[in-house]
Amino acid sequence: MNELPQQLANGLILGAMYGLIAIGYTMVYGIVQLINFAHGEIFMVGGFGALSVYLALPTGTSLILALPIMLIGGIAVSVLVGVAAERFAYRPLRGAPRLAPLITAIGLSIALQQAIWKWYPGGNKARVFPQFKGHSFDILGATVQRGDLFVLIAAPACMIALGFFVSKTRSGRAMQATAQDRDTAKLMGINTDRIIVLAFAIGAAFAGVAAVAYGLRTGEVQFRMGFIMGLKAFTAAVLGGIGNIYGAMLGGVVLGVAESLATAYIEEIPGMQQFGGGAWKDVWAFVLLILVLLLRPQGLLGERVADRA
Amino acid sequence: MTALLEVEDLRVAYGKIEAVKGISFTVEAGQVVTLIGTNGAGKTTTLRTLSGLLKPLAGKITFDGQPLNGVPAHKIVERGLAHSPEGRRLFPRLTIAENLQLGAFLRKDTAGIEEDIQRIYDLFPILGERRKQASGTLSGGEQQMLAMGRALMSRPKLLMLDEPSMGLSPIMMQKIMETIEELRTQGMTILLVEQNAQAALSLADQGHVMEIGKVVLSDSGETLLHDESVRKAYLGED
Repeated sequence: MNELPQQLANGLILGAMYGLIAIGYTMVYGIVQLINFAHGEIFMVGGFGALSVYLALPTGTSLILALPIMLIGGIAVSVLVGVAAERFAYRPLRGAPRLAPLITAIGLSIALQQAIWKWYPGGNKARVFPQFKGHSFDILGATVQRGDLFVLIAAPACMIALGFFVSKTRSGRAMQATAQDRDTAKLMGINTDRIIVLAFAIGAAFAGVAAVAYGLRTGEVQFRMGFIMGLKAFTAAVLGGIGNIYGAMLGGVVLGVAESLATAYIEEIPGMQQFGGGAWKDVWAFVLLILVLLLRPQGLLGERVADRA
Repeated sequence: MTALLEVEDLRVAYGKIEAVKGISFTVEAGQVVTLIGTNGAGKTTTLRTLSGLLKPLAGKITFDGQPLNGVPAHKIVERGLAHSPEGRRLFPRLTIAENLQLGAFLRKDTAGIEEDIQRIYDLFPILGERRKQASGTLSGGEQQMLAMGRALMSRPKLLMLDEPSMGLSPIMMQKIMETIEELRTQGMTILLVEQNAQAALSLADQGHVMEIGKVVLSDSGETLLHDESVRKAYLGED
């Protein structure tokens, strides 16, 4: 059976989601050298934000009409939580030893999970996310569900918009300057606190988009969904070269495809039969991470840090 | 007449270690004032405090008639105080042109910015030739030119230069000093920090010698250049 196109399509869809989330890790790291380990939960609350908007709409609203509003809702909740995390959890710790914000991030991540579990109606179980009805599409020999088209359109659109923002706008230029040398950026008159908030906000917005894609694909959202997705997206960010926005998307896609192919084909390698199938997919993703860290620690598109004379 | 910059009993500390222990000096409009002294004297700390990157422990900074205490760094540039930091600190992955544009970050007059960029290229033709090159790939001297050009792009009332000659070849150092001289004749007010005391004092209207956080000697550049103790300590004569 020729299932390669299908595996590639699955990998691409999954990878696009990883990539969208990875942008948040990479942008924040690029500017404040902080791994925001609560970013997976910023993604998760976006899913609940979008679901809440859907539930607030009159029953029977078609999903295609609801989707833009859900997207806005998801993005809004993610951005709100992301910006609040920066303002109230991370900013007071700027200049503190690096372990402090890291532990804060882990604490924040547990707190957000538990808040949804305890206070979101039915949040202690998976909540059903609306699904597109109707038949799937056949694209180049792969079957693609209607809901998955969303991420295949949204991810490239987001990347083009981000690329334009960073390279062509005044704020984008200020963001690059802040990432390269924060003190000197201040000397140029750049309000670097504002730029840091902006980096958190953009990363959170992308996570919100990814959360809608995740809901549409899996048919549910639940309070724990940010953990493994966040970890995978972090892997993608490192894989692509942490600090590099294009690297984050590339890392996401490479990781998604590698995971998908490993799941499907590892068992065909003689002596590896017992490592095939979905149960091992997370293992292959992290094996890839370890290999990258060993062989190319700066990541696929990362630069060696040696640019200051 | 009141001075453009007035520093009164400024004290700055890193944690418990006091790096600047109560210094006072003034810079009049149109003057070149230099702070000289050995490594660790507190010169760079002083400049970083004036531009708002460090918070003073005590003391008063008045610039252009307004207090600067508590004003964040990005607002101080707006008031007309530009700082070309020690070690150039360019944005290495951005081009020469982009670095210069960032120097004019707060300005809105696009035409004026273009004009000023052209003026920097006239001042340093090599920068014009390489305008699309990433600044991290430039030589030390070229980087220093760009750092000065970038600071000028904000059209400052006072230009602070921290160790512009550091690590440069004698020819390049001379070029940088000539540029400072030229800026002075154009009427720019400059606060210059240098380890190369000879070069700095030859240029300066006023000089202050710093030692471990204090100003130990203040006089005109000319007088200090010929002062015996200065010659012994900083000009390598005995």
